[in-house]
Amino acid sequence: MAIEQLKTEEFMVNMGPQHPSTHGVCKLVIKMDGEQIKSIQPHVGFLHRSIEKIAENRTYAQFVPYTDRIDYCASMNANHAYVTAVEKMAGIQVPERAEYLRVMMAELNRIASHLVWIATFAIDLGAVTPFLYAFRERELILDLFEMTCGQRLTYNYMCIGGVNWDIPQGFEPKLREFLKIFPQKVNEYEYLLTNNPIFLYRTKGIGVLDMDTAFAYSVSGPSIRGSGLKWDIRKAEPYSIYNKFDFDVPVGHTGDVWDRYKVRLNEMRESTKIVQQAIEGLPGGDTKVKVPMTWKPPEGEVFSRIEAPRGEMAYHIISDGTPKPYRIKIRTASYCNLQVLPVIAVNHLIADLVAIFGSLDVILPEVDR
Amino acid sequence: MLELNVIFEAVHRWLEGILPQGLVTLISALGTGGIVLAFLSILALFLVWWERKVSAHMQQRLGPMRTGWHGVLQTIADGVKLVQKEDLIPSTADRPVYFWAPVICFVAAFMAYLVIPFGRGLIVQDLNIGILYIIAITTFTVVSLLMAGWGSNNKWALLGGMRSAAQIVSYEVPLTLSILGAVMLAETLSMVGIVQSQAGGFWNWLIFRQPIGFIVYYIAATAEANRTPFDIPEAEQELVAGFNVEYSGMKFAMFFLAEFVNMFTISAIAVTLFFGGWNAPHPIFNFVPSWIWFMGKSLVSVFILMWFRWTYPRIRVDQLMGFAWKFLLPLAFLNIILTGLGVLIFRN
Repeated sequence: MAIEQLKTEEFMVNMGPQHPSTHGVCKLVIKMDGEQIKSIQPHVGFLHRSIEKIAENRTYAQFVPYTDRIDYCASMNANHAYVTAVEKMAGIQVPERAEYLRVMMAELNRIASHLVWIATFAIDLGAVTPFLYAFRERELILDLFEMTCGQRLTYNYMCIGGVNWDIPQGFEPKLREFLKIFPQKVNEYEYLLTNNPIFLYRTKGIGVLDMDTAFAYSVSGPSIRGSGLKWDIRKAEPYSIYNKFDFDVPVGHTGDVWDRYKVRLNEMRESTKIVQQAIEGLPGGDTKVKVPMTWKPPEGEVFSRIEAPRGEMAYHIISDGTPKPYRIKIRTASYCNLQVLPVIAVNHLIADLVAIFGSLDVILPEVDR
Repeated sequence: MLELNVIFEAVHRWLEGILPQGLVTLISALGTGGIVLAFLSILALFLVWWERKVSAHMQQRLGPMRTGWHGVLQTIADGVKLVQKEDLIPSTADRPVYFWAPVICFVAAFMAYLVIPFGRGLIVQDLNIGILYIIAITTFTVVSLLMAGWGSNNKWALLGGMRSAAQIVSYEVPLTLSILGAVMLAETLSMVGIVQSQAGGFWNWLIFRQPIGFIVYYIAATAEANRTPFDIPEAEQELVAGFNVEYSGMKFAMFFLAEFVNMFTISAIAVTLFFGGWNAPHPIFNFVPSWIWFMGKSLVSVFILMWFRWTYPRIRVDQLMGFAWKFLLPLAFLNIILTGLGVLIFRN
């Protein structure tokens, strides 16, 4: 056969639902030219548990444990988003100690969530060892959570009107010890990855997310901060008591994979600062106000958002005055962030797709709900 | 002095005394083959266990601990499990290609040991083109990986097979050229000859006269053996498992063992060419048997390869090719020119 008669053609592969680096059950239908990606079609919904529908059949207090399951890597933040929304709707004033504890737990959970992220991201790039280093420190945080609420993954810690349990004895010294060693550990991850030439090759200039695209797809959280936008709800619309703490919002410059990585690493340092300030300034007093079991909020609707580790998590709750919500809509960051993947990963190689997917920090239960 | 060749020669002489010549040749050929095969099988089992322990300790884990002392029997347990597995062949696979791929991979990995000098007089056959033979025979691996990728009739496997073909063919070039420098200094292609030219002490080892050659060889050889950071043909996070995604049971075990044997092969060649082979670092250590020096040096090199794997991220496929052609190849040529000039100036 003459060489002119030979032809090449694009072919389609299914990446997932069972694939090691889709971080859960996501299916990407990829059209490829050799190793180059021509188009991506994400298919989601494998983990749909109709959490929003379940909410309509539960009282407001009963729904709190379900919020844990939305984002199992950052249950505290998911709790926090829901209870602040309900409290905003009902005008419940939370005791100051409870607010401090909420912030402390939410920030610790943010660190834990970013640790899971850095662990899996390093594995996506083929570096297996940082995984266990990050999990080693996450273990310390989970121990703290376990001391407080008996759970290691789905905490059900916050309740409407405060937090369910006060911190136990022995919590504070353990926390202080963690805060003392943790910044060195972040440096250790940086030592392994940040300036490693192979890591730089794999991340610099890969998957650039420019600001316009990010806005068009309503990307939020560290993923948009990597593109250079200083947008953090903790600063922009301070909820809870975030305006009392002194912390920075780290941003990137170019919006490539490396910038998103760096933003998350620095966020862990900033969160450590917040937890430090929270434990120093922890006031005494009650940890919750009494809310009756068959409690009815006023009729009306509310929209409230917080900064979860993956970005903006918002609750839109409509109440018809009964003990059960009429309708709950949850806006999760992963769902919006995943939409941008086909746009920024096109024309990259398949190895880059894995890096980009990892850098967006998508967690699939949060996408499907 | 426990030199193993003394034992083998004694056995050979004893056989010659009681049996006709033809039978002795046959028995010694089969016996040597059997010994090498048994040695390599045990070595591969040991290396699998060792890699698990090394990785575990680098990651602050313990690794296998339950099967035997510190899990030494873990690989045997794994092997038994793999043998028991059903031998699955995908219905759409190209059956002969699918079947022969692991066999070729396995055989190619083992055949390199025909010319590797394990110790003084401890070599199966001292070919006068030994090093060329090794390069030729280890290249067979690429055929088997390509066959595995094609025969599985799976898109991920095919991508893995194509990647391995591109990678191994590219890295073969700097690998061969890097060896050339050492061969020019040793003035022989025979493996025993190369070792003997480095006798007398560590200052005679070729690493000190061939540092560039060694670096190029070691990088290219890591890529040849598909080890991280060059393990793109089986990149788990990208291609699931690459060329061996459809293999199970014994066929998978053959690929797996071949990988570890290959790892030892490249270490053995590195030791032979650049670190004096079975020579002791100083004549005063000559009382230690030569095979212990060889094994010790090779295992240190294997450890370094494992260290690479558990430290580095994986490089991308296009960067990998660029690295081979744009960096390693010019460096290898530079090395040959420098070596040639050195030989011209210092020998004449």
